[in-house]
Amino acid sequence: MGYALLYLSLVVLIPLSGVFLKTLSLDWSEFWSVVTSPRVVASYRLTFGAALVAATVNAAFGLLVAWVLVRYRFPGRRLVDAMVDLPFALPTAVAGIALTAVYAPNGWIGRWLGAAGVKAAFSPLGVAIALTFIGLPFVVRAVQPVLEDLDPEIEEAAASLGASRGLAFRRVIFPMLLPAVLTGFAMALARALGEYGSVVFISGNMPMRTEITSLLIMTKLEQYDTAGATAIALTMLVASFFLLLMINVLQRWSWKRHTR
Amino acid sequence: MPATPRHRGFSSTAVPAVTSEPAWVRRGFIGVALAFLSLFLLVPLVAVFVFALQKGAGAYLAAVSEPAAQAAVRLTLQTTLIAVVLNVVFGVAAAWAITKFEFPGKNILVTLIDLPFAVSPVISGLVFVLLFGADGWLAPLIEPLGLKIIFAPAGIVLATVFVTFPFVARELIPLMQAQGTEEEEAAIVLGASGWQTFLRVTLPNIKWGLLYGVILCTARSMGEFGAVSVVSGHVRGLTNTLPLHVEILYNEYNFAAAFAVASLLALVALATLTAKSIVAWRSQRPRAGAGLNARTK
Repeated sequence: MGYALLYLSLVVLIPLSGVFLKTLSLDWSEFWSVVTSPRVVASYRLTFGAALVAATVNAAFGLLVAWVLVRYRFPGRRLVDAMVDLPFALPTAVAGIALTAVYAPNGWIGRWLGAAGVKAAFSPLGVAIALTFIGLPFVVRAVQPVLEDLDPEIEEAAASLGASRGLAFRRVIFPMLLPAVLTGFAMALARALGEYGSVVFISGNMPMRTEITSLLIMTKLEQYDTAGATAIALTMLVASFFLLLMINVLQRWSWKRHTR
Repeated sequence: MPATPRHRGFSSTAVPAVTSEPAWVRRGFIGVALAFLSLFLLVPLVAVFVFALQKGAGAYLAAVSEPAAQAAVRLTLQTTLIAVVLNVVFGVAAAWAITKFEFPGKNILVTLIDLPFAVSPVISGLVFVLLFGADGWLAPLIEPLGLKIIFAPAGIVLATVFVTFPFVARELIPLMQAQGTEEEEAAIVLGASGWQTFLRVTLPNIKWGLLYGVILCTARSMGEFGAVSVVSGHVRGLTNTLPLHVEILYNEYNFAAAFAVASLLALVALATLTAKSIVAWRSQRPRAGAGLNARTK
C-alpha cells in the first residue's frame, strides 16, 4: 500500500500539480486572454462539437452493435465481437493515416463522398470521423454486459401483457440500458476531447477551421510558449475532471439500477 | 431460467421468439451494424496493408529494415518492456492494497488510478516537459547529474509509463473485489506467510486478469503517440518510436514506407486482439463458476 501511494504520487500527482503551478506564473488577465483568444475558442468549438457528434453517433450505433452481438447469432459473430476492440489496440497514428487515406478526396470512401459533394478528410467532418473511430468500443462494451444479464422474464412479462416489441423496447428494455449507454457516451466523449494522434492527420490542421485544442497545445510547445500551452491544457484538464466525475456518478447510478 | 435453445444458422436468435424481432428486422439490424463497423474499422485496417504493399514486397522490406526503422523498433520494444514491468508491479500492489485492506484515502487512490485515461495524451506529455524541460521544475535537480529526460529516451519511457498506468490495476481491482478475502484468510489461518499467501492463493486467482492487463498495457505502450510526441523531440534513430517514425515518413510524403511501418503496428494490434480473445475465452470457465457461487449464496 505504501508503495502504491508513493508510486502514484510520483508518477501522477507531482506532474499534474506542475500543470497548475506553472499556470500561476501568468496573471489572471494574461491567462484569460490566452484561453479566450479567437483561435483557441475556435479550437474548443471544433473539439467539443466534433467530440459530441462522435459520441452521439457511437451511442446510437454502439447500442445497435451491442444488441446485435448479444441477441442475434450469425456467422462471424465472435470475430466481429473481437474486432470492436480494434480502436483500443491500433495505435492512434496508424488509425490516423489509414482513415486519412480512406476518407481523402481520392480515397476509397472519400471519392464517393466527394461525388456527393461531401468533403470528409481535411474538414470538421474528418475530425468527427476520427473521433468516432477512437470512441467506438466504449458504448458497445458498456452496454454488452448489461444486455447479457437482462432477465428474459421481464420481456416475457411485457409481451404477455400485450406490449408490442417496439413498446417493450421503449418502455422496458431501453430504460434499463440507458445508464450503460450514458456511461459509454461520457467515456467516448472524454476520450474524444483529448484525442490527438488520429485527428492531426485527417483534420488538415487549418487555424480557425480544423485545428483541435490538443494540437494548439502542441503548437504552443513547439514555439516554446510553455505558459500558453499550460493555460490551454488547464482548461482542458478542468473539462476532463468534470467528465471523470460525471462518469463515476453515472457508473454508480448504472450499477444501482442494474442490481436493484 | 429455462435453457434457451441456441441455433447456429444465419440471424437466428439467442432468445425465444416472443422476446425477439421478426427475421427481416434482425437481418436489417445485423446489416446496419456490420456496415457501420466496416466503414469505421475494417476498411481502414485493410487500407493499412494494401497501401503498405502498394510498391511491392521489396519496397516494404526496405522500409521496415532501414536503420532508422530498426532503431525505432528497438526503442519501442525497450520502452514497452520497462513500462509493462513497472505497471505490473504497481498494478498488483495497488489492486492488492485496494481490495484486501481498508485504509484512509482509498477512494482517492481509486479515482487517481483512472486519471491518465481522462487526461489528453498531449497534456500527459506536457507535464513532463514542465517538470524536466529546459526551465522545468526539477531541471536544477537533474542538470548537475548530467541527466537528460526531455528529448531523450528517458522521457519517452516516463510518458509511456504514465499513460499506461491504469491498465493492469483496472483489470485486477474488480476481479480481486469479486473474489473477496476469504481464501487469503483461510491460508493465513492455516499458517501461510503473507508472501506464500500471495504466490499460492492470490496470484493463481488473478492470473488471467493480470495477463489481460499486460496485453492491454503492451499494446498501448507500443502505440502511444501524443504523449511521446511531446517529449521526444523527434531525433531520428535516437528518440523515435515506431508511431513517431510513421508520422515522420508520412509528413515526408513517403506514404508507402509510412504504411509499411504502420503495418507492423497493425500486426501487433491484431495479435493483441487475438490474445485478448483467447484470454477472455480461457478465463470464462472459472469466472462462470464464481458467478454461480455468488448467486447461490
